Amino acid sequence: MSKFVRKGKKGTPGISTASLPDIIFMLLFFFMVVTVMRQDDPKVKISKPNATETEKLEKKSLVDYINVGPPFDTRFGTEPKIQLDDSFAELSDIAVWIEDNRERRDEAEKPQITTSLKVDSDTEMGIVTDIKQELREAQALKINYSVNKGSIKSNR
Amino acid sequence: MARRPLQEINAGSMADIAFLLLIFFLVTTTMDQDVGILRQLPPPVPDDMEKPPEVKQRNVYEVLVNSKDQLLVEGKPMDIENLKQGAKEFYTNPMNSPDLPQLTQVSRAMVDENIVRLKQALRQNPDSKDLKEKLEKWEDKRSAIELVGPYKELPTSALISLQNDRGTSYKTYISVQNELSAAVNELRNKLSLEKFGVPYTELNPAKDADKPMIKAIRAVYPQRISEAEPKNIGS
Repeated sequence: MSKFVRKGKKGTPGISTASLPDIIFMLLFFFMVVTVMRQDDPKVKISKPNATETEKLEKKSLVDYINVGPPFDTRFGTEPKIQLDDSFAELSDIAVWIEDNRERRDEAEKPQITTSLKVDSDTEMGIVTDIKQELREAQALKINYSVNKGSIKSNR
Repeated sequence: MARRPLQEINAGSMADIAFLLLIFFLVTTTMDQDVGILRQLPPPVPDDMEKPPEVKQRNVYEVLVNSKDQLLVEGKPMDIENLKQGAKEFYTNPMNSPDLPQLTQVSRAMVDENIVRLKQALRQNPDSKDLKEKLEKWEDKRSAIELVGPYKELPTSALISLQNDRGTSYKTYISVQNELSAAVNELRNKLSLEKFGVPYTELNPAKDADKPMIKAIRAVYPQRISEAEPKNIGS
């Protein structure tokens, strides 16, 4: 009689999934740390131009975005339009928008507010110049032309 | 009633909950780094402002871009690839060309002399803002000399003037801005590598130790890009 008696059938033991939640939590925390909340839904098509001499935007909470480009929804036409926050806007709305954004911030942070222009690379400069004039009138002088990092050769 | 042994909570669904959270964060967040070209706009011009003084032709590097995205630099058509080199020559004027700005040598003795003179003038009328500003400028120059040694200085009126048409495409505009920045950055990097052993772009403006270096290099190669007031040109 053998000393070791096999009890029952010998099947492969299942892999323990006890540590699965831990692994998923680790992934979750990784994504929570390295990403930021999406600001707004883009309503205009923007393919940013390339540039090499770029700087990082420091404080994202102090950046306001102006999107300019042809609307995704062709019912609004194919000409470039301005998008502030979540809606289309006219040139004359910019001054009020800037003022609203200033009100939201602390007094100490006001001089550091940056306006980031996200403009489609095929837009004509006319509308951009108009926006810049509006920003000057509204005393929002710190601006940033949002670009992708890359050689300008692909800007053709 | 007999006490039942405490039952453990089933943690099997923990993974599902975590997955849900993970997917939520994947959808609602973005990872892309926001980078861009930072610029300071000039404040609005009051209507009654007097005309600025005429600047010598040689001190202005004129860059015009038309609606067909073609460049006219200093009166001649130019390819965008050559713009960086052109701007660098404008900043340094290596051949002492009479069409480019005349650089003046800044020496230790000259700076000290000016500081002494201004301090004396300040003693006589201590409230003069103009004098104080001038003194500050010369003191900046002195700290620059201490760090990088005697250097050649651009005239204060020298600038790159950029003007574009309303029909210029945005990508060309960005390319031009980029090349003009690249010219200064390359000069700054070279100087910084020579004097401090690190490129200018690696210097950190938030660090106290790097601040004087950045200031000194900026004094030698100031970024002077001026955009012309937009004009209404008939199409």
